[in-house]
Amino acid sequence: MNFIVQLTYLLAAVLFILGLKGMSSPKTARKGIIWAGVGMVLATLVTFVHPAVHGLTNYLLIIIGIAVAGVLAWWSGRRVGMTEMPQMVALYNGMGGGAAAAIAGVEMLRALRTLPGDLQSQAQALSSEAGISLAAAEAALRAEGAATASVAGALGADVAILAILGALIGTVAFSGSLVAWAKLDGRMKRNSLVPAQQVVNIVVFGLTVLFGVMTFFTDSIAVVAIFFALGLLFGVFVAVPIGGADMPVIISLFNALTGLAVGFEGYAIGNPAMIIAGTVVGAAGTLLTQLMAKAMNRPLTNVLFAGWGSTEGATSEGPEGEMKDVSAEDAGIMMAYAERVIIVPGYGMAVAQAQHKIWELVELLQDRGVEVKFAIHPVAGRMPGHMNVLLAEAGVPYDMIFDMEDINEEFAMTDIAVVIGANDVVNPAARDDESSPIYGMPILNVDEAENVLVIKRGRGAGFSGVENALFFGENTRMVFGDGQKVAGGMVQAVKGL
Amino acid sequence: MAIEGFVAIYIFMLAAFAGFEVISRVPVILHTPLMSGSNFVHGIVVVGAMVVLGHAETTAEQVVGFIAVVLAAGNAVGGYVVTERMLEMFKSKDEQKKEAKE
Repeated sequence: MNFIVQLTYLLAAVLFILGLKGMSSPKTARKGIIWAGVGMVLATLVTFVHPAVHGLTNYLLIIIGIAVAGVLAWWSGRRVGMTEMPQMVALYNGMGGGAAAAIAGVEMLRALRTLPGDLQSQAQALSSEAGISLAAAEAALRAEGAATASVAGALGADVAILAILGALIGTVAFSGSLVAWAKLDGRMKRNSLVPAQQVVNIVVFGLTVLFGVMTFFTDSIAVVAIFFALGLLFGVFVAVPIGGADMPVIISLFNALTGLAVGFEGYAIGNPAMIIAGTVVGAAGTLLTQLMAKAMNRPLTNVLFAGWGSTEGATSEGPEGEMKDVSAEDAGIMMAYAERVIIVPGYGMAVAQAQHKIWELVELLQDRGVEVKFAIHPVAGRMPGHMNVLLAEAGVPYDMIFDMEDINEEFAMTDIAVVIGANDVVNPAARDDESSPIYGMPILNVDEAENVLVIKRGRGAGFSGVENALFFGENTRMVFGDGQKVAGGMVQAVKGL
Repeated sequence: MAIEGFVAIYIFMLAAFAGFEVISRVPVILHTPLMSGSNFVHGIVVVGAMVVLGHAETTAEQVVGFIAVVLAAGNAVGGYVVTERMLEMFKSKDEQKKEAKE
């Protein structure tokens, strides 16, 4: 039976890697997730006949656990809107980290359970052999072989180290991801829980590592429990100071960490499918995190150890000139008579649920022979690629959507660039103004287009709190109003021609 | 099945290379679905959770093991559903026309 189990695990690992490979191209992406899904179902089913699994109660608990969590996760995953995807990914990822930590917890409980009996029987043997008291024999045993009477002694040093590392990473990813979810979902707005958060974080981290080391040598359940509690606390403290704009990078990092934790626990319980799948995700997730941090021009160390808005008080002077506004109808007519239009959507468009109206407008423009493209900044939306998902939901085919590098040169040859609900990613200050907090972030060169239309709800600054010189530009017209209503007005104007 | 020291290191190393290789040329458009997809893949933790709950012998072990199974199943199922929903929407112009005709 074990042979079949192991063979299925191998097959699942192959399917996971092929599935991830498929997911790296839009043409094969759907097949990719289905392959990975088949691998998961096979691995789960075959685990029911795994030789280590026994006991009616345990079988019942497994089935109840999978059924309850499965139904809840299926229901919540189906129901959630596309704009809320990032926090859902964070939530599910946190659960995976928590599961890895809980596996380590069970293994340590088992290890500690086997210890006292072990030690007592050894002590009894020693006391009758050497003719000393039981207590003295026990003390002597503890003194000479601390290793036998500890987590490490029971599990083996290599297994104990990886189980502890997996538990540490898993607990941090669990509580950290939950905080990320709460912050993105608007349930938590605070950026610190205690004074001098950074200093406290270092202290808590030190304590966590200390108790991790003690867990290796201990035979006390209390030490293990404190270690887990500290890991959870540290995860919360790490995630709390992170600003909203940096959240995607952190979610991606936690995703990679969970993968690593799963891989380590896979070694601890001798499960090759977990080792391979976990490590693949750990490596892929690390690379993905780097790609995202690069796209945002925010080195990972900055994301982790600094806040966005806390830059020194050298507030540069606001842009000169004034905003010139235009009605939605006039803007629509301008677009109808243009030859080339590029639309630059931001998260604001998704919040206003304007993507469907925008796509309707684009179809009308295309019927009139206007060439329309969508330009996506790497961090448009709340995560890289999030905006593509939102546009795809509205029905925009992916071959009309272009990445920043592919389209940035075309703005100079474009009649009208339409910015809807985006701000920081088109702010020329990132390119020109060294004192700006977003200086150095790559932007879409919208200001090079002949005309710029900016659809915006109000006159305020963007997500980062920085004023945008683009809005004051000579060739810029502002269309103020709710994105969906403005797009609707444009549609009416074009239809009326 | 015990996996001995060095063999395990080889597995870790080769799996890490596979992970890097698979992701190295992914377009930005797929970053979010791919993050979500890799999130689903580490849902394999569910098999580990099943095994540790399956060999639990005390109530404490059963409680912690049950938590592991619940969390892991949530990770796997939720991860699959949201990834599938995102990828379902990626269609090219041709595919859209085909569906409109049907």
